[in-house]
Amino acid sequence: MKKKVKIDVKNLNLHYGTFYALKNINMQIYEGEITALIGPSGCGKSTFLKTLNRMNDLIENVHIEGSIKLDGNEILGNIDVVELRKKVGMVFQKPNPFPMSIYDNVAYGPRIHGIRKKAVLDEIVEDSLKAAALWDEVKDRLNKSALGISGGQQQRLCIARTLATEPEVILMDEPTSALDPISTSKIEDLCEELKKKYTIVIVTHNMQQAGRISDKTAFFLLGELVEYNSTEQIFNKPKDERTERYITGRFG
Amino acid sequence: MNGCISGNKRKFTYEKAIELIFALSAFMMIISVAVICFYIFIEGVPPILKIGISNFLFGTRWAPTFKEPSYGILPMILASLFGMLGAIIVGVPIGIFTAIMLAEMAPKRIYGLLKAAIELLAGIPSVVYGFFGLTVIVPFIRTHFKSPTGTGLLAMIIILSVMVLPTIVNISETALRAVPKEYKEGSLALGASKMETVFKVMVPAAKSGILSSVVLGMGRAIGETMAVIMVCGNIPNMPKSLLDTVSPMTATIAKDMSYAGPFHQSVLFGIGVVLFVFIIFLNLILNFVVRKSLDRK
Amino acid sequence: MSKRRKLTDLILKVLIWLFSLITVGFLAGMVIYIVSRGISGISWEFITGNYNLYKGETGILPMIVGTLLLIFTTIIIAVPVGVFAAIYLTEYAKQGLFVKIIRFGTESLAGIPSIIYGLFGYIFFKNTLNLGFSVMSGALTLSIMVLPIIVRTTEEALLSVDPGYREGSLALGATRLQTIFKVVLPSAMPGILTAVILSMGRVIGETAAVIYTVGSVARIPAFDKLLTSSVRTLSVHLYMVALEEADFVSAFATGTILMIIIAALNFAANRLTRRFINGRTKGLGPTI
Repeated sequence: MKKKVKIDVKNLNLHYGTFYALKNINMQIYEGEITALIGPSGCGKSTFLKTLNRMNDLIENVHIEGSIKLDGNEILGNIDVVELRKKVGMVFQKPNPFPMSIYDNVAYGPRIHGIRKKAVLDEIVEDSLKAAALWDEVKDRLNKSALGISGGQQQRLCIARTLATEPEVILMDEPTSALDPISTSKIEDLCEELKKKYTIVIVTHNMQQAGRISDKTAFFLLGELVEYNSTEQIFNKPKDERTERYITGRFG
Repeated sequence: MNGCISGNKRKFTYEKAIELIFALSAFMMIISVAVICFYIFIEGVPPILKIGISNFLFGTRWAPTFKEPSYGILPMILASLFGMLGAIIVGVPIGIFTAIMLAEMAPKRIYGLLKAAIELLAGIPSVVYGFFGLTVIVPFIRTHFKSPTGTGLLAMIIILSVMVLPTIVNISETALRAVPKEYKEGSLALGASKMETVFKVMVPAAKSGILSSVVLGMGRAIGETMAVIMVCGNIPNMPKSLLDTVSPMTATIAKDMSYAGPFHQSVLFGIGVVLFVFIIFLNLILNFVVRKSLDRK
Repeated sequence: MSKRRKLTDLILKVLIWLFSLITVGFLAGMVIYIVSRGISGISWEFITGNYNLYKGETGILPMIVGTLLLIFTTIIIAVPVGVFAAIYLTEYAKQGLFVKIIRFGTESLAGIPSIIYGLFGYIFFKNTLNLGFSVMSGALTLSIMVLPIIVRTTEEALLSVDPGYREGSLALGATRLQTIFKVVLPSAMPGILTAVILSMGRVIGETAAVIYTVGSVARIPAFDKLLTSSVRTLSVHLYMVALEEADFVSAFATGTILMIIIAALNFAANRLTRRFINGRTKGLGPTI
């Protein structure tokens, strides 16, 4: 089965001030797959992830060169980042629901994008919460504060919130690192489900997690993309010695 | 060995004594509040009772120096309240938007400039504000509106609106900065624009801090004396229009103290009591309403 | 983004810039207006001359002396009490009812309008304690008024002292008190100085609480009666010449001097604050 390239990264270089954070990255992310980014802390994987929906714009002194194409359209340079972020949603390391009700959290995106009708919003909220496997747990307290639910539920709420804006790609920045094992496995199951409809790029520190859920894995080290291949390849027959050392845990 | 222990003992009691001095210093603040309350009330409550609470609070005629004196302070209460409300209506939007500028938008250079301006606004003595009002705003109102003197409620509101700005801006800025950056990231990642993020996520999240800034601004406006005295006209009319000359509570106290006879003077303390009650009331709002909205989060 | 969203965004941005501009604009207008009219009135004779309406002398030396006397006395009284209170709150007190009550006291003191301080000072220090219209009456009144500033600023400075210093000193066998005076207070010095400067600004700018405690006698007090005489501060002077004498030349010049002093104090306070709160930057840092 020939997959379509969703995101095409060419010769990407990124500097924070004088720090050379991403070195000449070339990578193709395929539609309907889960791509895992792994590597030791400070290797640039989170930075790379944030480049894909231009969240790095929030930081001063960032200098980016190269090209990233989403469905063939350049996303670096002078584009409507708001439109981009609607298409490329993001789930963060720490669950970050807004201090509003559960309902308002999910409805936030659709409202911003111009949906006002209550009936439509109700439907979106229900669908999104169902898709994030959270509906049954919160359907009776949609109007309660989102800060009152557990960390795992909060993270699924954040996923629901992202789904509600109907993205095409979902970026996940270590989404389970702040969660307990049960919540983690729920999110992993959810990812399996979500990839039927969405392209997912996930940064993870947890190698087993990458092995369990991803189709492709990319190994970053010191700002370089060392190896990028099918997860099976990377975990069983890595080509690069550095990848092997990292996979087998002989490496920082 | 023995000496060492007794030495320690001496050191110990000495340290205890100093600690007591520290504690007493801290206690001085409570004592001060208590003594201030006590003296204002002991001096101000008897004349209120003598005049009669409702005659005093709801009387519309203030003629303390007449042969048959009258001590109604409703015109002053209303002038104080209207002045405060006007200052809040004008000052709050300006203040909050300026705070947003500082917390979210200003480039470094402009931040420094704006911040210095706010600090200077906070530091400029109220007499200077009053003097500026007297020499610029009052003549402006006199020539551009149909007002014989130019002094009155409008001039007072304009000056107070500026005077409440530092309070509102500084506290709102702090509140906005205290909003976790995760909220901001989350909103932007959902495809919200910067302004949508600020007004739909950050301002609501900073709500209690912003509300406190407004309540503190109200306190500043209702308590302001010298700036107001120079622009309000000092005639205790019932305020019916923005151009009426008025005399709020603070201005009446300050103005009349210089020539008041004994009873008139203690009535001024009575006005002080009313002003004090307003301030206590604002403090209560601050403590309960604002804190409660914090807890609900 | 849709056109409507873009428009709303634009309107909000314009409003933010506009309102910020109003804030700065009002200040700039006020400063330029007063300074441009006042600067020509400032001369050596004006600053060092005596004030006597009958002789036609309009110098402000008595007001400068009066202001300095009041500042000095207030600071001498308020700083020890305020700093000690702050030490108690940060170094000794356990969070509890007592601290809550003290915090309530600080907040209340900060919220009381200056005219109430004036009334209180008048009835308590001037009348009850029989201090009369004098520097002493005023300084005692103003000391209470500036206490919250001193306590809060000092507390902040004490809290920003590296806890490692305290542990280090205690581990060397120093007592708590030695640690406070030899290690904690010296590192908190810029903060305490800031508190002093802010209090000075407050005293210089105050009028309502001063006029009915210190009085308004525009004369340099005799040397043996420095604290028991009535004096006139610059702010009170501005009020008197503007409202009672309609001498606008002196008023503009005095207003200019007041603004210059306040600007200088702000500058100094900022410099010092930067020294005791450094490295507390906020915003989004790079997460690599």
